Amino acid sequence: MIAALACLLGAAFLISFTQGKYPLTLDETLHIISHYLFGGEAAYAHASETVFLRVRLPRLCACVFVGAALSAAGAVYQGIFRNPMASPDLLGASSGASLGACCAILVGAPALAMHMTAFAMGLAAVGLTFLVSRLVDRRGNQTLTLVLTGMVVSSLLNAGVSITKTLADTDDKLGEITFWLMGSMTHMTLDTLPVLILPILLGLIPIVLLRYKLNVLSFGDDEARTMGLNAPALRGVLIVCSTLLTSASVAACGMVGWVGLLIPHLIRMIVGPDYRYLIPGSMLAGALFLLLVDNISRVFCQVEISIGILTALIGAPFFLILLARGRKGWL
Amino acid sequence: MRFALEELTCGYRGKRVLSDISISVRTGDCLCVLGCNGVGKTTLFKSILGLLPLIEGRVTVDGREMQGLPARERARLIGYVPQAHVPPFPYTVLDIVVMGRVAHQGMFASPGKQDVEIARQTLDSLGILHLADCVYTQISGGERQMALIARALTQQPAVLLMDEPTANLDFANQARVLERVCRLTGQGVIVVMTSHSPDHALRCDAKVLLLEREGGHSFGTAQEMIRPEKLNRAYGVPVCITEGRYRNHVVRGCVPLIDADVKPDASDNDRTDQRKEETL
Repeated sequence: MIAALACLLGAAFLISFTQGKYPLTLDETLHIISHYLFGGEAAYAHASETVFLRVRLPRLCACVFVGAALSAAGAVYQGIFRNPMASPDLLGASSGASLGACCAILVGAPALAMHMTAFAMGLAAVGLTFLVSRLVDRRGNQTLTLVLTGMVVSSLLNAGVSITKTLADTDDKLGEITFWLMGSMTHMTLDTLPVLILPILLGLIPIVLLRYKLNVLSFGDDEARTMGLNAPALRGVLIVCSTLLTSASVAACGMVGWVGLLIPHLIRMIVGPDYRYLIPGSMLAGALFLLLVDNISRVFCQVEISIGILTALIGAPFFLILLARGRKGWL
Repeated sequence: MRFALEELTCGYRGKRVLSDISISVRTGDCLCVLGCNGVGKTTLFKSILGLLPLIEGRVTVDGREMQGLPARERARLIGYVPQAHVPPFPYTVLDIVVMGRVAHQGMFASPGKQDVEIARQTLDSLGILHLADCVYTQISGGERQMALIARALTQQPAVLLMDEPTANLDFANQARVLERVCRLTGQGVIVVMTSHSPDHALRCDAKVLLLEREGGHSFGTAQEMIRPEKLNRAYGVPVCITEGRYRNHVVRGCVPLIDADVKPDASDNDRTDQRKEETL
């Protein structure tokens, strides 16, 4: 199953290069890839190379990494908060990153600076959530307090986003902010790609390594501790990793909803709830899903529709289908 | 093996719930913790499991102090069976039982063939191997309880703590689960369980730690402890110890009395009967 998903993703990745306004054939794509990987002669048009390197490669990589990151983060949150409705923006990472990006747009910062600010603000927002929940929590009901504090912090930060919109110049900045918030892959470039990929790899590796323990954590802290896990520490590590994933994703391409909620549920239905298979399955499926959605937005629509809009348009009805077909206890 | 509480005082921040408990049980013993609601059974369990810091005293297994041990090492000595619950995701019974092996695995490890084998053997020894591939969320309460016991046993601890193993079970399932629990003590595990019915202590021939209201406690064998006057003091209701015969076997039970039993116009005949039973 996982292997099939991996093959499908590889094929989709290659074919995605050929989709778009500039005609790039599969043959050319393969030539360019083999030229870069193995050397050999460059038997293709210069323009093709430019489209491949400067436009499609960053964009497709972003789709793959963001899809994998959001799905993995969603699956992790659903387990550690023992709540099937948990999604990656639960603790305020998305709102923080959004506010960071909006502020950066407001002051007219360049793309790279905007990514950095958004990423840092996403991390800071979850840090704030942790800090406040520590201060507020007197009864030791850590998980619930954390989730509720996350809601409060998110809501505050969203108010901040609205303020930046109010302050923004209606001629250019407001449009830019609104468009960014809807989620879009268009402004990915080769320069900003590392800011996306490095934190995502940093976050994904521990999650993949620790994934079996997520099964045990989903029984709650007390039970996990009596089974021999240092539950609070483990949960902390996993939250930090998920925050890296979410902040980096939102910083790169705005609010792309539904992926983190929908994909883990879909995969749980196919491979079962065991995190050993759920995490890799979700990562592959999330990447595949975002690639497909991005292709639709590039190819089938005259005006390029924001990827965030499409994920919601496709995700919401799909989620309802899952709900209707879901077995008891899965949702 | 010896499991001991030494001058244990436990409770929440600044509030002592139980004071100065010193008891010890050995391999082959079953310790039954009795007491009314809110008397501190759960607090005691949380303290023993290290989920709640001790105020004073020690918890030891074979003289080894539990406090300060990492969760992993503690879990290899003391296992815990929670009340049957529903996890958020529909794992199979085998998946859940295999999770008991976490205490024996490295940080990044997943369970191997050997772990699955141990889990299967445990399921077999409890007579529920047929449940292995069932989905935990879809089996009955009694079966869930057995699955959780199996999970704790694959942890291979010296001491097994059970939080009301018979709670929420029907009449027959209570007896079945209780029978399995009693049998565990013969397999070299020290069983510590809480219960709401003193009957269970009698049936398992357990040692009894009776937690009284106002924070006192007493400890002894079931024969010594399951007596009307002691239970009356602990629970605040008059209690009658009954005795029945099945073939050549004496079965004892314990019934709380209600107003209809104790009102003064009950016939003298009944009263003498009751007195006779109390002296047993």
